[in-house]
Amino acid sequence: MYGYAGNILRVDLSCSKVSHEPLTEELVHNYIGGRGFGAYYVYKEVPPGADPYGPANKLVIASGPFAGLLLPSGSKTSISAKSPATGIYGDSNVGGHLAGELKYAGIDAVIVGGKAEAPSYLLIDDDKVEIRGAGHLWGLGAIKTEEVLKEELGDEFQIATIGPAGEKGVVFACINHDFGRQAGRCGMGAVMGSKNLKAVAVRGTRSVPVADIDGLKDVSAVMFRELMANPALKVWQDLGLAQVTTWANSIGALPTRNFRQNFYEAVNGLSGELMKETIVVGDKACFACPMATGKLCKASFRGKTVLVEGPEYETTALIGSNCALGSIEEVAFANYVCDELGLDTISAGNVVAFTMECFEKGIITKDDTGGIEAKFGSLDAFCELAHKIAAREGIGDLLAQGVATAAEAWGEESRRIAIHVKGLEWSGYESRGAPSMMLAYMTCDIGAHHNRAWSVTHDIAVGRDVIKGKAAKVVEFQHVRPLFDCLGVCRLQWVELGLPLEHYARLYPVVTGRDDSWEDLLVKSERIWNLTRAFAVREREDFGRKDDWPPGRFYEEPVPDGPLAGFGITEQDLNTLLDEYYELRGWDVNGRPKEETLTRLGLEDVATELREMGRIL
Amino acid sequence: MRGSRIFDSLGRQGGISMGMDIDMLRCTGCKLCQIVCSVANFGENNPKKSGIRIVSRLFTEARYDVIVCDHCGECIDVCPFAAISLDSGVVTIDPELCTNCGICIDACPKGALFTHPEVGHPIKCTLCGECERLCPRGILGALAASTEGEVAD
Repeated sequence: MYGYAGNILRVDLSCSKVSHEPLTEELVHNYIGGRGFGAYYVYKEVPPGADPYGPANKLVIASGPFAGLLLPSGSKTSISAKSPATGIYGDSNVGGHLAGELKYAGIDAVIVGGKAEAPSYLLIDDDKVEIRGAGHLWGLGAIKTEEVLKEELGDEFQIATIGPAGEKGVVFACINHDFGRQAGRCGMGAVMGSKNLKAVAVRGTRSVPVADIDGLKDVSAVMFRELMANPALKVWQDLGLAQVTTWANSIGALPTRNFRQNFYEAVNGLSGELMKETIVVGDKACFACPMATGKLCKASFRGKTVLVEGPEYETTALIGSNCALGSIEEVAFANYVCDELGLDTISAGNVVAFTMECFEKGIITKDDTGGIEAKFGSLDAFCELAHKIAAREGIGDLLAQGVATAAEAWGEESRRIAIHVKGLEWSGYESRGAPSMMLAYMTCDIGAHHNRAWSVTHDIAVGRDVIKGKAAKVVEFQHVRPLFDCLGVCRLQWVELGLPLEHYARLYPVVTGRDDSWEDLLVKSERIWNLTRAFAVREREDFGRKDDWPPGRFYEEPVPDGPLAGFGITEQDLNTLLDEYYELRGWDVNGRPKEETLTRLGLEDVATELREMGRIL
Repeated sequence: MRGSRIFDSLGRQGGISMGMDIDMLRCTGCKLCQIVCSVANFGENNPKKSGIRIVSRLFTEARYDVIVCDHCGECIDVCPFAAISLDSGVVTIDPELCTNCGICIDACPKGALFTHPEVGHPIKCTLCGECERLCPRGILGALAASTEGEVAD
């Protein structure tokens, strides 16, 4: 099967059994790869009501057809499971070098079920697959674990690990790979930890067959030529995603002090330029990527100097301005703490900022924090809280369950400032002045994440106060952007350097030999979108519009300062956005896919199941 | 086997002096050199079938090593089968004569001869120049200087 290795690897940790099964034509045709494979297997194999931490949950680690090939940035692995953060389908993708290595080892996806009796790691070395003891790794930091395994196995192994947070089931525990790349969101690291799986190590020697190698060379040459000729490439190589921080601040979108503000008066201390001048010691790329947005940094705090990859924009936004830290070096140090503990920096930044605001408002006191002076701007407080969370000690045990659960414990006043959707903390764009971006967060299938529909530039282009018509752009993005996660390729080269989508459309047939047009692929992406929504609808009897609703802060408080001072969005606006969105999607007024929509997308079995459960009409 | 040229010079930022003085500190570890090498020389997507290797030194030194043949010729004399020769400045292995005994691999001062289970001889740089032309950082300039007969500035 061109573009694919041709095999699925199944691992049942409960009985230490591994087996290969061939990739099926039906799976490839309907779900492409990556996140599509994740959605398919999680829907099909994780039964309704399954405990996300239980052996019945499945962790799907999937590559895609573009990964590991001679084309720009085919580096993406999608990791999917039922999320402990949201209780519905979750996935997160990671760059680095894992996606290609899986295919070189002859595997397109690994499906991990069950639970190992003792700490273990999975070793895949071409045809040799072993479940090995990880007693010597348990308790180690995520980065340290990778370093130890690289020493034991060799540099050619590509390794994904969890830190102590994953072992302890923190709902925002991430999976670490390639020193400083993370599948951060949705608690995929906690799912790994719940299975006693500390790491996955992969090495392969096989070639990945493509349908038309000369065609691949031709399209690839055009894509690389355009990328290298783009003057903006140099800026991305120099500053990486850190350049976004001052821009986000200038447009009134930078989360500040737990999203109270979207403008950080001290942003200059967090800028990409300052980062390059003061802490960057090297540049680092994912596989086949000319942008090299990874920035290796040295950061010191209280006499300790650490080497860390990052911070990138999201980390700077959520840990920097959102916790009101003073310098990019402080953010980098906090980034290191999170990486080693195995905490998603986006959610960790939210959780700490939320704690800081509740502390400031007197909702909690030092009695609750175990003596921590949880004030905005305190890196000490950040680090102490992060360690308590990863160890689940004291207040950390509650915070380890995310802001939604903490707000249940801390009462009504905290609930409206717990910044999440569906239980997943909000990523780096405050959106009171960006209605389409707000809708993107509200309707993102995994919770409040930006990557499915990063549409803030659309709001800037057509009007920050315009509501009507915005939903169409969100739907469009929710199909095209996740398609990259299915194909196993990074989208930054399209988003930031303007590579035309036509190039990716041309790549698909030369890689796979399939005649699907780009429009055909978008229909598959829509199928996947409806399948993940169906998972949520099947999971919860009351799932619907209320789960697409943002926190009260965003419609109760106007923007207090900055370029959008006085700006706000009303509940009526939010309902208008949702009404338009559901209509465009072919979902009912409560946000449930209509049977005709599921049928149109080839999801007849899903429609039947949901109808028989009484979940759709 | 030399592949037909895939890439025009893309990333080159000015020549580095002859003699393979690769600017390793600027390597970002993207491994485009490895994947293009396999496509150019084997017609396959497989960075393990490549005459160049990027090795991570991330955890200790925050950088990468670039390992590739500098055509010094030390392997030529150690080969018991006279399978290695210097051909217009390019150290070349004749697959017909090579028995894959591995003596040259041990003798290589750079560690720049690589094995692959599907290939019956060590894999090494053919100076095809594809990696240099594609390298986004232009750090493999010396390869092209040799290939294209350019004199670096």
